[in-house]
Order: sequence, then structure tokens, then C-alpha cells
Amino acid sequence: MKPAAFAYAAPRTLDEALELLAEHGDDAKVLAGGQSLVPMLNFRLVRPALLVDVNRVAECGTVSTTANGSLHLGALVRMATLEADPAVRAGWPLLGDAACLVGHPAIRNRATVGGSAAHADPHAELPAALVALDARFRLRSRRGARVVAADAFFTDFYATALAADELLVAIEVPPGTPRTGAAAIEHAQTHGDFALAGAAVTVTLDARARCTGAAIAIFGGGAIPLRASAAERALVGTGVDDPAARAAGELAAAACDPPEPADYRRALVAELVRRALLAARMRAA
Amino acid sequence: MTTLSVEVNGRRYERAVEPRTLLSDFLRHDLGLHGTHVGCEHGVCGACTIELDGVPVRSCLLFAVQVDGCRITTIEGIAPDGELTPLQLAFQEAHALQCGFCTPGIIVTLEAYLRSHPQPSEDEVREVLAGHLCRCTGYQPMLTAVRAVTNAQP
Repeated sequence: MKPAAFAYAAPRTLDEALELLAEHGDDAKVLAGGQSLVPMLNFRLVRPALLVDVNRVAECGTVSTTANGSLHLGALVRMATLEADPAVRAGWPLLGDAACLVGHPAIRNRATVGGSAAHADPHAELPAALVALDARFRLRSRRGARVVAADAFFTDFYATALAADELLVAIEVPPGTPRTGAAAIEHAQTHGDFALAGAAVTVTLDARARCTGAAIAIFGGGAIPLRASAAERALVGTGVDDPAARAAGELAAAACDPPEPADYRRALVAELVRRALLAARMRAA
Repeated sequence: MTTLSVEVNGRRYERAVEPRTLLSDFLRHDLGLHGTHVGCEHGVCGACTIELDGVPVRSCLLFAVQVDGCRITTIEGIAPDGELTPLQLAFQEAHALQCGFCTPGIIVTLEAYLRSHPQPSEDEVREVLAGHLCRCTGYQPMLTAVRAVTNAQP
């Protein structure tokens, strides 16, 4: 239960961090909050030659709102900040809802948004919320910068579009739409443990409480956080009442390809999507 | 080996450590502060919880080299020497521990939580305690102890 030996570097600037990744690439692991990586190191599931601790790269630690109203989350923003930050809570409540489901407070005081995204655990809450919100991922390397959309960032179980020399530096979330409600719900066998399955959803209503758009992202439903687009389309024009939410839940479950216990996870997805949609509709109204 | 300088319980320490030394092991083996207990070493049990720059964290999920320049409070620094905090006294009074292995982490977590939430509901306290494994089934007396220091009704 002790990690194998590794070399350690704690760059102070983004350029230094990118330099280290350019040089050591595949042999290096980026250490952010460490709440997933350090257990894996302790179990010796990973044995990197070099740990690049990016916690002291100040430019990756800030929360701000951009000129076009998007939310800019530095990759090192902690889960606890998503729960507490008034601007995040007001404008992007799905993020705080999802963050509250992650582990326990002591874990959320360290765990970072960028670390959760880059780790890409298909059972993780925050990646699903980011997929539901059409987030964009800002990647940097010494070769340059690029922006990857959420639907292209997560590629497989614990795999992302990040190249070995790239660092996820920030996540941008587009501005919310008025009359939108959000909810993230999961089922875990033990409180604070990984979820078997869960849903992160938003529902937008018009003045007559008819749904004009919905976003449904599933975690624990397959190799990556999944958008249930057929279910989203089926909700448009409905009042997101119980029959509509139930039908959407079943469509979402049908879109999943979960690991074992697959039938149980599909049943959970159907019910959790239903509950999340009803909760989001109440908050939108 | 990397040299680090860290303030623990108000005292400054400078030590050379291997990068792979966990903070929990550093506190226990290098500084001799054995009050921080090591249970699972993967962040689940909560026994190794300490305060890092004012917030509770799992010391088994940090490397000692990461806390260079930081301020740490362990269970030894929760109360002045020879004294107990009101919460610790309430734990004693309510028999909120049996073997005591989980207790340091729980006290550190609750002290920090009660500072920012002086009048928590019972559900909120349960939520906080859920991050700590106690296998002597001591949770009910812990709730009694918290109730005693917050003057809350059950």
C-alpha cells in the first residue's frame, strides 16, 4: 500500500509544466488533486517514473466568467469550490449538484475538476455534468493550444483526447438558458462510494411550462459519459410530467451499454433519469 | 530526497523526504505524531484526516513533498497541551468511541465542520460522519456528542 519510487517535480508556471510533459510524456503522470491518482499509486496500479505536481501552477486555479457569459474553470478548481462558489451555484447549478455527490467533504477539498475530467472514470459525476452542459476543454502543450468539445474529449474507459504531452488547463461551460432547471442524481451502494449509475440533466421550459430543450447525460452507463439524445428529443414539447419523464428514462436506458450488472444498471438509469427530470422541471418552473 | 518546510500544530519542521513518502507516514514516522491513524491508505476510511491550510483532507492521499510551505493541524494540535476541546469532552462523556482508532480523523473533521456550521441538523452531521468508518458501531454516541456541543435537539 505504498507507492513505488518516482521522481517529483512541482512546476510553478504552465510553461514549466508543459516543458516537463514534452520531455517526459508517457513516463510522467500529472498530479492534481490526487484523489484518484494517489490510491492508484498506493495500490501500484500505476508506476510513473515522474510525477508532475501541477498544484502550484496558479494560472490553472481560478474561476471566472468570460465576456460572452461562459464559466471558465481552471483545471485545478476544487470540487468544494463548485459547491460553494455563488456564481457557479447561481449560473451552473448542475455542477454543484454533481460535485456534492463526489466522495466526502475531505475528498472534495482536494479533488479537482480537471483531474476528474482527465481521469475519465465512466462512473464519475462531474464528467457527466460537463457533457450535459456542452463544456469545452482547453488543452495546452508545447506544440500549441486546442479546444475539444465534451463529446470528443471522453473517448473510452479512463481515456480522453489528451495526448501524453498535453495538459488540460481549463474547462469552459457555456452560459445557461433562462427557465432552466438542473439535477444530478445517482445510486451508490454505500454513501460516498462510486455510483453504480446516475444522471445529470437540465430541462428548459417556455412561458407555458412546455419543454423547449433538455440535456441528459448518464454516468455508469457505458465506457464514457453518454448523452441520451433520443430521450432529449422526445421531451421537447411535453410538460416533462411523469409519463414523459418515464418514457425519456426508458429511452436513455436503451441507449446505454453498461458494464455488469448491466440489466440492473439499465433499470437504475431509467428510474434515475425519470427522477432527475422531474426534479429539474420543478427547479425550472 | 527533497527538503520540505512545513508548520505542524504551530511548530515549524524541516525534513528531507523521499517523494513517495505519504503525508500520513511523514507525520507518524518522521515527526512522531502518532495520533493521525492510518487505516485504508486509499482515502475511504477517514482515519488519517488532518487539516491542511484550514480544510480537512486525507493525509494518505497527499505526498509529504506537496505540503512544503503549508500549515497543518493534526489531532495533537486540536487542543492546547493537556486539555480537551468541548467536542472531545463530549465524546468522552457520551462514550462516542470504543477502540478509538477512527476517533482522531472524526474529531478533526467535526471540529472544522462545526467551525463553519455551528448549528448543523442531525442529517448534516450524519452526512459528515459518513466519510469516516467506525467499526465499533459508535455513530449514535457521536451524534449525541455533537448534539451536546451544539445544544441541538435530537
